Amino acid sequence: MPRTPGADLPDHPDWLWNSPEPKRSYDVVIVGGGGHGLATAYYLAVNHGITNMAVLESGWLAGGNMARNTTIIRSNYLWDESAGLYEHAMKLWEGLEDELDYPLLFSQRGVLNLAHSLQDVRDSKRRVGANRLNGIDAEWLDADQVAEICPILNTSEDLRYPVLGATWQPRAGIAKHDHVAWGFARALDRMGVDLVQNCQVTGFDRIGDRITGVRTTRGDIAAGKVALAAAGSTSVLTDELGLALPIQSHPLQALVSELLEPVHPTVVMSNAVHVYVSQAHKGELVLGAGIDSYNSYGQRGAFHTIERELTAAVELFPMFSRAHVLRTWAGVVDVTPDASAIMGLTPFENLYVNCGWGTGGFKATPGVGWCYAHTIAHDEPHPLNAPFNLDRFTTGALVDEHGAAGVAH
Amino acid sequence: MMLIPCPWCGPRNETEFHYGGQADVSYPAEPQQLSDADWARFLFYRANPKGIFTERWNHQAGCRRWFTIRRDTTTNEIFQDDSHEAVTR
Repeated sequence: MPRTPGADLPDHPDWLWNSPEPKRSYDVVIVGGGGHGLATAYYLAVNHGITNMAVLESGWLAGGNMARNTTIIRSNYLWDESAGLYEHAMKLWEGLEDELDYPLLFSQRGVLNLAHSLQDVRDSKRRVGANRLNGIDAEWLDADQVAEICPILNTSEDLRYPVLGATWQPRAGIAKHDHVAWGFARALDRMGVDLVQNCQVTGFDRIGDRITGVRTTRGDIAAGKVALAAAGSTSVLTDELGLALPIQSHPLQALVSELLEPVHPTVVMSNAVHVYVSQAHKGELVLGAGIDSYNSYGQRGAFHTIERELTAAVELFPMFSRAHVLRTWAGVVDVTPDASAIMGLTPFENLYVNCGWGTGGFKATPGVGWCYAHTIAHDEPHPLNAPFNLDRFTTGALVDEHGAAGVAH
Repeated sequence: MMLIPCPWCGPRNETEFHYGGQADVSYPAEPQQLSDADWARFLFYRANPKGIFTERWNHQAGCRRWFTIRRDTTTNEIFQDDSHEAVTR
């Protein structure tokens, strides 16, 4: 009797979390089961004692941008507001494996942000100074020092945009994104928080300007507080309330090569020729660049964007010309006018918003969780996320991170 | 790569075009009368629909003219706007 191929697979290993039916009521409902939603739920439980809580995810847990980012973690942002938030996240990253008792493959292999022009050099040195004043590790390296740290980088002078130097943050690095989500999810499940997948929020219940619950594809759920953590899909939710947000959803693509021997010891980012590259623990080169120009919810982008980023990568790393693209994909990122996030209160009572992380939300994950949880629990922003309020677009107090970080997060 | 219908040059590769975002965002008629909130709305707030979006494109590497199309932001299906307003607004 011929056997069906694959019919004799072993049982699925134990799940790290359950998939319960949603209850009809919770103290807090978090909309979006990605990194930010899970981290927020975690710190709501641990720091604020709230466990009658559900994280609602329209697809599968951490299957959106959390599964699609390039896992770079750094805190070398120019402005004090950003430095505060990202450095808080960095400090949490440094203890997160112990905190969650789960391997996150957090590897502080450093990040080089390359400078290719005299203006790049001036801006980079300014950012190093700003970082140091904020207690963030940062150094300016000349081209020879860059070559010492990353020997496969082409630092010769015959490039169209030669590497004139770089900023160096030794504490920066990468982590295994799936493990981060799984670590938070496992901890949440153990604390009795409901992680509900395949549960899409389609609308809100409200009394006047007070939000009292959410409508979902798995029934209505009453909630004391509702916190949005839906990244590129945030506008779809807030449009239901007539709440406009200054975000635009774009495709952001990334790609990996086949598995290679360890060749790339650090993380390299270049805003000017626009590519960022690291090598995952398994061996894939992980590359990303900028968004596709147009608005889209399609989770796919065009190949010319990939081609442009690979042109830059091969120029900087000549040996990559022999590598092959194994997979490309895209996420939907919500971009703001000042390239900084929006996190805080909304015009609606008991509704909180965390969005606008654009191309750079992964590195902030534990910091977002910490500060957003505080915002939700106390109904006022944590000092670190207070500058990232929605009102700044009216007051003009923007946190303009285009120059230092906004292009390539 | 999208094939974008330029009203003057016909369908051309997306790489020839520059994206202009939401269509029909006009400069305030009475800017001196505008509140801060209204300025914020004009400068920073744009529609972000999942579905049909009416948007501007510039045929940068072609005739260099602006035009309007409607596009589905989930499928990239394009519905050309043949009206006179689409090319003159």
